[in-house]
Amino acid sequence: MGWLADYPLAAAVLALVALGGVFGALLGFAAERFRTEGNPIVDQINAILPQTQCGQCGYPGCRPYAEAIAAGDAEINQCPPGGEAGIQALADLLDVEPKPLDAEHGEEAPVKSIAYIREDECIGCTKCIQACPVDAILGAAKQMHTVITSECTGCDLCVEPCPVDCIDMIPQAETLKTWHWPLPDPAAGRVEVIATDRLRDRAA
Amino acid sequence: MLAEYSVLLIGAILVNNFVLVQFLGLCPFMGVSNKLETAMGMSLATTFVLTLAAASSYLVYNFILEPLGLGYLRTISFILVIAVVVQFTEMVVRKSSPLLHRVLGVYLPLITTNCAVLGVALLNINKEHDFLQSLLYGFGAAVGFSLVLVLFAAMRERLAVADVPQPFAGPAIGMITAGLMSLAFMGFAGLV
Repeated sequence: MGWLADYPLAAAVLALVALGGVFGALLGFAAERFRTEGNPIVDQINAILPQTQCGQCGYPGCRPYAEAIAAGDAEINQCPPGGEAGIQALADLLDVEPKPLDAEHGEEAPVKSIAYIREDECIGCTKCIQACPVDAILGAAKQMHTVITSECTGCDLCVEPCPVDCIDMIPQAETLKTWHWPLPDPAAGRVEVIATDRLRDRAA
Repeated sequence: MLAEYSVLLIGAILVNNFVLVQFLGLCPFMGVSNKLETAMGMSLATTFVLTLAAASSYLVYNFILEPLGLGYLRTISFILVIAVVVQFTEMVVRKSSPLLHRVLGVYLPLITTNCAVLGVALLNINKEHDFLQSLLYGFGAAVGFSLVLVLFAAMRERLAVADVPQPFAGPAIGMITAGLMSLAFMGFAGLV
């Protein structure tokens, strides 16, 4: 140790690195030694859930919901972001009958899709251009048409008028570029201030 | 001998109370004192970690830093020690007692940033305590912290339903209460 005293900087660096190394090894050992076996079925259920942590299922996050499903406290149809596909996957995993999404917990957000014109089948009738409410279709009579993807809102109004059925609605994954604030829910802002004996028709 | 240790303990708990006299560990004192239940959880976790951290930082200082002449590295080393002790404690508690882990759960990682823990470790070096004294000093500091945290939480639960004037409501009245408590703890000053 004597030579270390001649190099105080080296001693300091060495000591800190050694301390860090020893403590790291200790923690690594502890992580192995005291590993807790989680419930594997919970992990599998949790892997299917969309990890939005939205809490619409009534639990504080996806993992608590997964634990509740595993414990038999919750139904598999309480996850709106997971949608029908998620329910189907859970039903397959747990070997139970799939059920429709429980409306009490919210509705599945429709997947945003945009129109796509199969261009070599397009006859240039311009009917879809007239139908498009946002002028997202480009083209002229007897000329091939195409869709401006950044303008298309996915309303599928153009699919119906096409005489040759050459328009497909293609689902789009949501990216940072295509994300928009969700529109406000008109029902949420409505407050019933007037007493009424009418049955609440929107309760369902 | 026994008298000396009890004086040290009483001194750490009441006379030099870490929160109200030395003003260390104020953030959990204000932050986790809204409900008595959470205050108890925080107190338990802090007591455990503080005692353990005081002992292990004593060992690190006296057997590693001091022989190498690296005493000036104590602050950064103690931060490392405390972080490791907290992590280690969390792992052990999670394995050995899931119930306790659920009670302490969120509070354990918070303790890493509790300056009272680092304060105890550094004060132990400054006051040249031996191992047993360090352990007792850490334990005493933790008991003192727990005591005032629980007392303060109990008071804030009452304050929540009291008719506090609008400008003083919320954290403001909490600060005033803490100041009054601190004044009250000055009464212990001549005890040892």
